[in-house]
Amino acid sequence: MASHYEAPIRKPLVTGNKTYHQISVDVAKPIEGKANKQWWIVFSISLVLFMWGVGCMIYTISTGIGVWGLNKTVGWAWDITNFVWWIGIGHAGTLISAVLLLFRQKWRMGINRSAEAMTIFSVMQAGLFPLIHMGRPWLAYWVLPIPNQFGSLWVNFNSPLLWDVFAISTYLTVSLVFWWTGLLPDFAMIRDRAVKPFQKKIYSLVSFGWSGRAKDWQRFEEISLVLAGLATPLVLSVHTIVSFDFATSVIPGWHTTIFPPYFVAGAIFSGFAMVNTLLIVMRKVCNLEDYITLQHIELMNIVIMITGSIVGCAYITELFIAWYSGVEYEQYAFLNRATGPYWWAYWAMMTCNVFSPQLMWFKKLRTSIIFSFIISIVVNIGMWFERFVIIVTSLHRDYLPSSWTMFSPSFVDIGIFIGTIGFFFVLFLLYARTFPVIAQAEVKTILKSSGDNYKKMRDKNGK
Amino acid sequence: MFVLTKKIKIFSLALIILGLFGIAFGFYSAPSTIEEAKEIIANSHHGDDHASNHDYPVEAHSSLIESSKEHNSEHSEGHEMSHDEHVFHQLANRPWAAVYVAAFFFFMISLGTLAFYAIQRAAQAGWSPLLFRVMEGITGYLLPGGIIVLVILLLSALHFNHLFIWMDPEVVEHDKIIKAKSGYLNVPFFLARGVFYLAGWSLYRYFSRKFSIAQDNSSDISNHVKNFKLSAGFLAFFIVTESMMSWDWIMSIDPHWFSTLFGWYVFASMVVSAITVIAIMIIFLKSLGYLEKVNHNHLHDLAKFMFGFSVFWAYLWFSQFMLIWYANIPEEVTYFITRLEDYQIPFFGMLVMNFILPFLILINSDFKRLNWIIVTAGIIILIGHYMDVFNMIMPSAVGDQWSFGIPELGSVMFFAGLFIYIVFDSLTKAPLEATGDPLNKESEKFVY
Repeated sequence: MASHYEAPIRKPLVTGNKTYHQISVDVAKPIEGKANKQWWIVFSISLVLFMWGVGCMIYTISTGIGVWGLNKTVGWAWDITNFVWWIGIGHAGTLISAVLLLFRQKWRMGINRSAEAMTIFSVMQAGLFPLIHMGRPWLAYWVLPIPNQFGSLWVNFNSPLLWDVFAISTYLTVSLVFWWTGLLPDFAMIRDRAVKPFQKKIYSLVSFGWSGRAKDWQRFEEISLVLAGLATPLVLSVHTIVSFDFATSVIPGWHTTIFPPYFVAGAIFSGFAMVNTLLIVMRKVCNLEDYITLQHIELMNIVIMITGSIVGCAYITELFIAWYSGVEYEQYAFLNRATGPYWWAYWAMMTCNVFSPQLMWFKKLRTSIIFSFIISIVVNIGMWFERFVIIVTSLHRDYLPSSWTMFSPSFVDIGIFIGTIGFFFVLFLLYARTFPVIAQAEVKTILKSSGDNYKKMRDKNGK
Repeated sequence: MFVLTKKIKIFSLALIILGLFGIAFGFYSAPSTIEEAKEIIANSHHGDDHASNHDYPVEAHSSLIESSKEHNSEHSEGHEMSHDEHVFHQLANRPWAAVYVAAFFFFMISLGTLAFYAIQRAAQAGWSPLLFRVMEGITGYLLPGGIIVLVILLLSALHFNHLFIWMDPEVVEHDKIIKAKSGYLNVPFFLARGVFYLAGWSLYRYFSRKFSIAQDNSSDISNHVKNFKLSAGFLAFFIVTESMMSWDWIMSIDPHWFSTLFGWYVFASMVVSAITVIAIMIIFLKSLGYLEKVNHNHLHDLAKFMFGFSVFWAYLWFSQFMLIWYANIPEEVTYFITRLEDYQIPFFGMLVMNFILPFLILINSDFKRLNWIIVTAGIIILIGHYMDVFNMIMPSAVGDQWSFGIPELGSVMFFAGLFIYIVFDSLTKAPLEATGDPLNKESEKFVY
């Protein structure tokens, strides 16, 4: 694909004098070895949380949505907040795998596998919320326009909620195909190394008979590019349509035209934060510091800074135009956000999303691993608050002051949210033990241009 | 080094002179009194059906906006009178609006190039350093073009025209909505903001150009690093000022209307036009025998950006249009009603030229490497985005009295000539290759 020449000023993306064989060994190690104690501890905690969440879901479905904290005025709260939050997190994976591929960013090779895994697992969490909110999830297929004899039942094509169904299912499908395509050569590598027949069987099944012939690679490159081209508009369209859920309404604070691109920027922002959270831990635990280098973390921090600034610019634009519009409802919606009873949520959002990423302008901070980790958590919290602020503060004081009220989550609301976090980590931890977490085949393609030993060799020989 | 040929000089001068005649004709034929305006309307052969079409937007406007209704009943003898006055203002605005649309369009190309250049620098892009000097040449127009736009704004503030109705104290006095905005929409603050934006952008342009040239003969990469940092800082400044500039210079022409997306929408239009101009310039310079290291790999990347940003523009256009159309809130939807009623050809024509055609022409990967395809698509994109600016400014400035005739064509020719002259002139001032840039070799060896 891209040129093999690389300017000497570029930092190496693979460190530790790696050879092709060494890369295979390093990537296969967590899969071939046994899980350590810490893994089991974290996995057990996640599983307990997940089970608690499952209990809350069963309780909700068997009793009714009434067990949530919703009321007549605030008819949408944690469910949709969590939904948007999880969907948003998923965006970084697609951006890294598709957009950065089109932009020929070699640093994506070290992180794309896990980012895409994160995408798929977080979209799964997101999908749970509308499903539970239906009350009768066994009728979920009614959201599809299937010719039927249920009576006059037909989907509402005018509703952005239906567009969401199409957007998200397309997104999940394309992401899954993209992820798995990339996995084929890596699964084949694990298969070829496997000693036990059972493992060999499993990995040869999931690698779809990858043979490593030139033709396989040629098709691999071609399909990657096509899928990247298809997935790039999806990065934009999914969160755009999620934003339409709000922006097509006439509710002050929801109806604003900047929502589509601003939601997308916010999604990438939160997604990169989550990638940083996961990978900073994973590179340590799985000894992958040579592949997920400080340079990778710094670049992700820069993406967080840029998208955070875009989001900040959108916040200020919204605030200013609310005043400029001269519409008193619009003005009140924003005044209420910043100074009303939910002021703490608004300022938590502002601090986490606008101020904290600006610290990344300092090289010292953005190259500090512990600081990056803290900021990644802060941003995740901030982005959850952003959705909460948009959704609840716009609803809780509507056009009719007599119905103004507050929202407080019930233990079920909290339980389901925590349960999805548990579920997410259960999936991710299982993934980290069974999947090649670095796209080793792709990393090998950049070894000679971006490996530190080759860079040094070139420097010595005068480029 | 690039040498300004006689042909380019004559061509651009001819455009400037012809354009000046067109502009002069526009001002000459604009009415200077209400009586003249009435005469023009009466004389135009489709005058009758114009008058009947005409009532709708004016009435819609006044019924929607209470304050202006009050204005009508208090201050004029009746609807008929204010209607004539309205038409007079629109006709008188036309030559000004024609100049303003063209001035802004060419200025925006230069500003978009500056932003694209800063993105290349801040992202440490490896494919584009060979194109830096061409981009720097295009941004040479930033300061002169910006000053012209500011002068037009100053003339508006001095009441030479009625482009910005909020600058008229009479109007503000009787319009509650505009009055509420006067903390932001007032002449001194407005002009000061304009000077501030232009100063910020020009300073970046000045220093990045300086570092870029200094890097050519330097043994270390300190100038490159300085440019990297400066570009990142500029982009932070730009993201805020670009939105504000769009609100000030375009959105406030229709001071009742507002859209939070507007600034980014203008940016999309700006950047796609800029990339198109970069691509066309490169093809032209190569045809003269310059830039021999630039090859179709670089053009392919530029064409990908032309394609990508055309889709991005369409995305933002759709987001803004669909949300306003769907919610159908009176104070917002008037904007599109005016355009759908009175500007059907430029409105839908622009969609075809800015989205459908570039999408279909440039989606094929081999096509993106063919010069004639890039130029064809480029011309369509540039005309389309001129129409976009036209659609953003004209409906509020001249209402349904718009037309595309000598004043508009003259303005385009004048600014095109000026743009070509200044841009090619600034190309002569430095070598066409930024040889000292540490990423330049990557750009040379770049193969897609």
